[in-house]
Amino acid sequence: MITPENLDEQESRIPQMRFDPMQAEEAEEIPQLKTENGQTPAITLLKTNLPEGRSPNRVLQAVKVSTEHLNFFYGQKQALEDICIQIREQCVTAFIGPSGCGKSTFLRTMNRMNDLIPGARVDGSVLIDGRDIYARQADPIELRRRVGMIFQKSNPFPKSIYENVAYGVRINNLARSRKSLDEVVERTLRGAALWDEVKDSLHKSSLALSGGQQQRLCIARALAIEPEILLMDEPASALDPISTAKIEELIFELKKRYTIVIVTHNMQQAARVSDFTGFFLIGRLMEFGDTRRIFTNPSKKETEDYITGRFG
Amino acid sequence: MRRRITNYFIFSLTSLCALLAVSVLLFILGYLLWHGGRSINWAFLTQLPKPVGESGGGIANAIVGSGKIILIATLFGVPLGFLGALYLVEYGGTRFNFAVRYAADLLNGVPSIVIGIFAYTLIVLRTKQFSAWAGGFALGIMMIPTALRSTEEFLRLVPRELREAAYALGAPQWKVIVTVVIPVAMRGILTGIMLSVARIAGETAPLLFTSFGNRFWSHGLNEPTASLPVMIFTYAVGPYDDWHQQAWAAGLILLLGVLLTNIVVRLFFRPRTA
Repeated sequence: MITPENLDEQESRIPQMRFDPMQAEEAEEIPQLKTENGQTPAITLLKTNLPEGRSPNRVLQAVKVSTEHLNFFYGQKQALEDICIQIREQCVTAFIGPSGCGKSTFLRTMNRMNDLIPGARVDGSVLIDGRDIYARQADPIELRRRVGMIFQKSNPFPKSIYENVAYGVRINNLARSRKSLDEVVERTLRGAALWDEVKDSLHKSSLALSGGQQQRLCIARALAIEPEILLMDEPASALDPISTAKIEELIFELKKRYTIVIVTHNMQQAARVSDFTGFFLIGRLMEFGDTRRIFTNPSKKETEDYITGRFG
Repeated sequence: MRRRITNYFIFSLTSLCALLAVSVLLFILGYLLWHGGRSINWAFLTQLPKPVGESGGGIANAIVGSGKIILIATLFGVPLGFLGALYLVEYGGTRFNFAVRYAADLLNGVPSIVIGIFAYTLIVLRTKQFSAWAGGFALGIMMIPTALRSTEEFLRLVPRELREAAYALGAPQWKVIVTVVIPVAMRGILTGIMLSVARIAGETAPLLFTSFGNRFWSHGLNEPTASLPVMIFTYAVGPYDDWHQQAWAAGLILLLGVLLTNIVVRLFFRPRTA
């Protein structure tokens, strides 16, 4: 079990590519920040107005997920190479990097979604709350109940809005009565900031919703079984700016209760929503640390090249 | 100039063939209506055949018999094809899948008369009687490959994203299949099954020596049973004008039945538009 307390002894075991946010965190107090508008260009925005709502003491959050020398293979092809990372509770951790760099693959190792792909093989360990989820006795079904996932393409079931949200509750037998199921549906739809838009059409098809609404429905569906961790695989990449803003607001709300890991192509988005950022390049975690530092003062040349748009 | 002439020639040739392809169906339908339309009336649909030599009578026993045989065939062939396809898509390893699919395609190509002989030796010779069971069994075998392949196709069309959504919510594989995959693919699967029913409804060869034929009501499923295709065959080659008339009419009924099934399927199971 890795905790903030024994980080130092972990440090010695883990040779490279490990980035410890504790140490990277600048000593200075994070200044009081305010958002003027969300539309300013990325890099200037980063320096001047980091969003509100970040807890200055986030590094004190406990480690929720950590990986040790994680390698991942699709058949012969190695997709992840020696990933060592610590992801903290109730923080938003973003992964950026060019297409095919392995960030989605990494995300999917955390709920063992890659198990479904023939020929996929994992080497090394992924610990959630200190327990290896790839251990022999670990149950992927039970794991996925604790680790929710939002996909790039919104994928509501072709059922009613109500049934979509109720699905996870039903298959896991979490609701004792119809009434408590109703309550869960309402609560999660409110939690996903969708309730007001759909409360009169709960029993209509989910496919009639707009793209942004569908994605929030998928978030509600994932929240309904009260996971501890929420994995988001480019959740806003197919949405218009307004829907994207709504999703980002939602992420802000959700991180009070959940550990959120988000993969995004959009660096402004990573800068806006995340506390920590990791940069992936060809299967390696090049750099990982406090979001503000990554975007303002990256320590690797590759990271700088990427975030300044020189490649990727 | 030469290019334009070639172009014109190809255009005429292809459009002519397209027209011919469509008109074959209309031609058959028209021919049947012309020859058989007159004989169709309420009595024709509800009465038994009259004794040989007497004119009049109907084909009620053949309609009911065809119904029985098709029902048995469906109950036998569809679950096998459906569950087999489910296995292929959801569980199967690639090499075994290939073997199953290949076997299904070969089975699809087996001449129906051979399947008839198979059912004859397996059931008729053992039970020492022609029966609806034997006929249903023969047609059921013919349904397996079509049911399997069409089910497989529609199961594969279920987007991976939907399966993943269910898995990500902690659903075990069987629940993913039952609650997401099958409901999503159901329309397509039903369409495929109904079309395969329509396909076997007109099969004659396997029935000739399995369910045989019967000029009276057959009771239960263990007697020789009349069916539309066999009745058409018997009447068409028989010596009486009245029989020829009735063969045309029975053919028309059969064709209308198949057309109706097709149309109903297409109306009810139209692909859902979101």
